[in-house]
Amino acid sequence: MKIEDRLFLVKFNPDKESHLVIKDRKTCRHCEFKPCQYFCPAQVYEWDEEQKLITVAYEGCFECGACRTGCPYLNIDWRYPKGGYGVAFRYG
Amino acid sequence: MPDIKDMNKFDAIIVGAGPAGTSCAHTVAKAGLKVALVDRGTFPGAKNVMGGVLYRHAVENAIPDFWKEAPLERHIIEQQYWLLSDDSNISIGHRSEKFAQEPYNRFTVLRAKFDSWFAGQADSAGAYIISKTVVDDVITENGRVVGIKTDRPDGNLYANVIVLCDGVNSLLAQKLGMRGEFDNRHLALAVKEIISMPREKIEDRFNLDGDEGATIDIYGEVAQGMEGTGFIYTNKDSLSVGIGVILADLVKTRVRPYDLLEQMKNHPVIKRMISGGEPREYMAHMIPEGGYKAMPKIYGDGVLVAGDAAMMVNGFHREGSNLAMTSGRLAGKTIIEATEKGDYSKNALSRYKDLLEDSFVLKDLKKYKNLPAHISNYSEFFSTYPEILNKAADEFLTIDGVSKKEKQRKIRKILTEKKSLWNIIKDTYKSWRAFG
Ligand SMILES: Cc1cc2nc3c(=O)[nH]c(=O)nc-3n(C[C@H](O)[C@H](O)[C@H](O)COP(=O)(O)OP(=O)(O)OC[C@H]3O[C@@H](n4cnc5c(N)ncnc54)[C@H](O)[C@@H]3O)c2cc1C
Ligand code: SF4
Ligand code: SF4
Repeated sequence: MKIEDRLFLVKFNPDKESHLVIKDRKTCRHCEFKPCQYFCPAQVYEWDEEQKLITVAYEGCFECGACRTGCPYLNIDWRYPKGGYGVAFRYG
Repeated sequence: MPDIKDMNKFDAIIVGAGPAGTSCAHTVAKAGLKVALVDRGTFPGAKNVMGGVLYRHAVENAIPDFWKEAPLERHIIEQQYWLLSDDSNISIGHRSEKFAQEPYNRFTVLRAKFDSWFAGQADSAGAYIISKTVVDDVITENGRVVGIKTDRPDGNLYANVIVLCDGVNSLLAQKLGMRGEFDNRHLALAVKEIISMPREKIEDRFNLDGDEGATIDIYGEVAQGMEGTGFIYTNKDSLSVGIGVILADLVKTRVRPYDLLEQMKNHPVIKRMISGGEPREYMAHMIPEGGYKAMPKIYGDGVLVAGDAAMMVNGFHREGSNLAMTSGRLAGKTIIEATEKGDYSKNALSRYKDLLEDSFVLKDLKKYKNLPAHISNYSEFFSTYPEILNKAADEFLTIDGVSKKEKQRKIRKILTEKKSLWNIIKDTYKSWRAFG
């Protein structure tokens, strides 16, 4: 099952602004393995080779917090979406 | 929902309506004190995930006979532990008819449903439930915690005691300096699917009647050499299928957690258990697994910390919700006593620690205090041991004309091929010590 199909099963109520912000784009360029692309359970982060930056698909974030400390450079400004926004599990 | 502007000061404000926060709010409200329970979800439970097994004793303390009305899935009569290799499995299980009778022993739940019911109980007891509200910060005055800052307009609220039950990430405990930054070895990242399946199929496949349930905890091959465990739990008309792995291992190996889950679902032994089911929801959540030694400060002037926010998880026994509920209740008791004396100082609130010391919460966390580090040093428990034990069992159970004596020799060879006998003995001894 592809991650897109998995996320399709989940109810999200995304805010207009991202609650996840990359602090410094340059740091990502030097980050060797860019692990956020792999360990994030919702594939929120993807390296855009053309623009040389990490894109942030915050709309499908589970708010699990893994990237907050999983990024080896602590380069993600991490907060919760505003009250009532974000993921809403039906089963949990 | 009450209008936030009408509310002046509370006796207590609880941040987070998971098991810890709701049980705290329920305790405090029942004593007639004025308490607010603030949660960021559209409803309490909307953000919450667990395996999830709920233990009777912890809930019963708040709500006697809860199993008659709470939204529970199944009462568990059988627990299995599986040790998987790539194509075989050793299982140990326990089933008891006693657990098929009221008051039962443990239950599977779906947190979105259970948490909102539980918060409803706190509401009926008189707590103000404030959902859709993020607590952004804690307000301090002269070093004492006096209130919270929320993301609502005019959203500051004040209380004699603030209880942080804001879960594993507890940004608030960190902001207050009650803990430092996490070590990624102390966090497990879990992914899970709800797989729908007709009740009759579940009951046939797991050998159950009516609302009886079974759980399977899975060790070995599924974690692909990382420190992690999988699970299959039965719900009424679905299975909860998931796997949790230490975050540091995921960062290092660059294995995608959903690939890990997909591969687990495709393991030949597991595939049979879940075949015919349809994925309904996919989710992820972290588990604080650092144990006693990684706990933050749990009390201060005007503040208490309970549940996951305080690292109160017994990873070995897969217990968290019961530690959360019990610590929340004891935090509530501490607040009631402090209110009687009119003293909310750090010294007065240290009573919370004493109550926890007397309960299973700190007794168990202390008992296993060396286990998290021990397991981290012995990743073989998750790979080598399941593999060699399965090989040995395969050999033992294959009837192929080889004499029993020759078989014993072969098995011994399998066991010692990857590990010397001396190392096996050493591992066993050290593990025995770590389990205390
Ligand atoms: C996959 C998985 C399987 C598990 N299996 C089991 C099991 O089988 N049995 C068991 O007993 N335990 C299990 N656990 C552990 C258990 O889920 C936790 O220990 C338990 O939920 C902790 O309760 P809590 O109230 O401390 O935190 P949580 O349940 O996480 O609740 C925290 C609450 O705080 C809210 N919140 C957080 N920050 C803010 C903020 N700033 N403002 C407002 N609200 C906020 C959240 O929305 C949430 O409702 C499992 C955990 C996982 C992830
Ligand atoms: S892990 Fe951190 S530094 Fe590396 S690419 Fe991702 S966000 Fe950037
Ligand atoms: S919080 Fe979790 S789901 Fe959201 S971006 Fe970070 S790792 Fe991914």
